[in-house]
Amino acid sequence: MSVKQKKLIYNLVTIGLVAAAWLIFTLLLNHDAGVPRKERILSSSMKDQLIPICCWIVMAVSLNLVVGISGELSLGHAGFMSIGAFTGIVVSGWLLNGFAVEDATLRLVLAMVAGGLTAGIAGVLIGIPVLRLRGDYLAIVTLAFGEIIKNVLNCVYVAADGRHLNLGFINNNIAGTMLLNGPNGAKVKTIATVNAGFILVLITLVIVLNLINSRSGRAIMAVRDNRIAAESMGVPVTKYKMMAFVTAATLAGMAGALYGLNFATLLPTKFSFNESINVLVFVVLGGIGNILGSVISATALTILPEKLRFLQNYRMLVYAVVLIVVMLATNNRTIRAWFNTLSERLRPGKREEAKSHE
Amino acid sequence: MSEQKRRSQTRMVPVPSESIVPERDLGKPPVLETHHLGIEFGGLKAVDDFNLTIGRTEIAGLIGPNGAGKTTVFNLLTKVYEPTQGTVMINGRDTKGMNITQASQLGVARTFQNIRLFSQMTVEENVRIGLHNQIKYDMFTGILRLPRYWKQERKQHTEALELLSIFDMQDLADVKAGSLPYGAQRRLEIVRALATNPCLLLLDEPAAGMNPHETSELMENIAKIRDRFQIAILLIEHDMSLVMGVCEGICVLNFGKVIAKGTADEIQNNPVVIEAYLGKRKEG
Ligand SMILES: Nc1ncnc2c1ncn2[C@@H]1O[C@H](COP(=O)(O)OP(=O)(O)OP(=O)(O)O)[C@@H](O)[C@H]1O
Ligand SMILES: [Mg+2]
Repeated sequence: MSVKQKKLIYNLVTIGLVAAAWLIFTLLLNHDAGVPRKERILSSSMKDQLIPICCWIVMAVSLNLVVGISGELSLGHAGFMSIGAFTGIVVSGWLLNGFAVEDATLRLVLAMVAGGLTAGIAGVLIGIPVLRLRGDYLAIVTLAFGEIIKNVLNCVYVAADGRHLNLGFINNNIAGTMLLNGPNGAKVKTIATVNAGFILVLITLVIVLNLINSRSGRAIMAVRDNRIAAESMGVPVTKYKMMAFVTAATLAGMAGALYGLNFATLLPTKFSFNESINVLVFVVLGGIGNILGSVISATALTILPEKLRFLQNYRMLVYAVVLIVVMLATNNRTIRAWFNTLSERLRPGKREEAKSHE
Repeated sequence: MSEQKRRSQTRMVPVPSESIVPERDLGKPPVLETHHLGIEFGGLKAVDDFNLTIGRTEIAGLIGPNGAGKTTVFNLLTKVYEPTQGTVMINGRDTKGMNITQASQLGVARTFQNIRLFSQMTVEENVRIGLHNQIKYDMFTGILRLPRYWKQERKQHTEALELLSIFDMQDLADVKAGSLPYGAQRRLEIVRALATNPCLLLLDEPAAGMNPHETSELMENIAKIRDRFQIAILLIEHDMSLVMGVCEGICVLNFGKVIAKGTADEIQNNPVVIEAYLGKRKEG
């Protein structure tokens, strides 16, 4: 089988897996809607987790575009999610209060588009100065960015007064219906749906996988593999670093909007450094540059802490141990060799890699 | 006519002769001209007063002992370094202030002494990066898979295989570049550089790590490439059989300075060159 066919199969499996999950959960949700509580197949905690899982998958896949495909370390991915979330909340609330848009789907779509746009713009603003530089500047700047966004949003008050948006910074004495309430967070009319979640995941996968397998994506990977060689081939390095970074920021913003519109209250402190690191853990555990891996690890690692709830205080301890064990296992030669033979047919270029390790 | 004669006479040793351009290229504007090119690294003059003119279809050699400054010359020509003195003109354009990407777009392509392939990517993908500015489509065409995407991808594929066939490498198209044997990696670098459609190809020790059989094959291929693409080639090489066999003009560098220029015969018999390589013969 040629590399091209392998890649095609890998992409189809990735997208097919999500599409199948979407189908199954739609059927299950439909089934559960019609029957009494006892006969439901999905537990209510599982049901509540579906949308966040979709959001974290999008976060992991988009961060993998930066870390795995473009080869830059970003430590503030949750910052973009935060921008998207609070933009989405404001847009959705404004449309409802100021323009009487009752259609929740329309509000959700517009909120997600707006969230993606603002996060994308933030990505451009950070990328322009930082991506010109070499080295670990991006990691430092994105880390600071995440913290700054969190603290700024902690002081922002937004109210919808008819069609007029009132903005207060530190000053909460503004007229209208409060949309953002500084450190008290936002009171949200939840409109996120499971369908929107799965559609966003599919859009993200199509964008990222198609990008990787195109002229632009190859240029991004070339810059990662060898910057000077890529420049010598006439590839404008900054442009392609920007392309990966801004695309990832936009997707994170859309995931953020969906996430924000899924909870009745949302505090700015939710999107802390911890969340950025969490997404990075998804990426590293799923395999740097491996998109399917990101999907699986984001899903598993979002469910796992919930499943460990019965351990109460020991929960995070066990979670940490599980992470360490998985990392050790995936780095173990024997287990990897076994895993390689299993997935040889699925993952492009795997066989050559296994050979070159010997 | 007399002008041509005069220049062909002055093109040989000793320095400071400006030109080692072969006669067939004399009427046309040169691909590369450097005037008093130099660079200093904190007081060390790695290259000093380097003057070289290369004709349209010339194969020229740049030789010299280790540390002479040969790779540094390549880095100056490709704008990895900005010169501290002098100018580099490519196709008559001054490259002052340009970056590596811009220099590449003027038509300079190179290979690297310490191989710099995109090792995680396949052989074909490496060549496709070389085609980056030759066969284009934008990001959205790629993401949305518009008809133009399929058309241009097919073009890239055919062109890449065509270029790989120069070195009979089309069967390796799907192999990861990093897992190729050493000699094949060097050949892939040449193919990738050719894909950028250069008018000047710079080869930094293309035969390093190759066995004698591979080297003689490479020598034939370098001449073939020049004939087929009608481009100029400047190569750095320590393997004298290759340099003497294929280069029309040779420039010898020592401690950053040009010590001789001329044809293979002239260089081989030049006492200054022999001294630079072997050291001064002791008297008595
Ligand atoms: N970036 C740099 N900073 C400081 N010194 C440098 C730099 N690049 C090259 N040099 C110095 O310039 C001199 C010439 O180096 P260069 O690599 O051009 O030699 P070379 O002729 O290619 O040698 P070789 O045959 O070993 O490849 C050396 O003394 C080297 O240490
Ligand atoms: Mg060198």
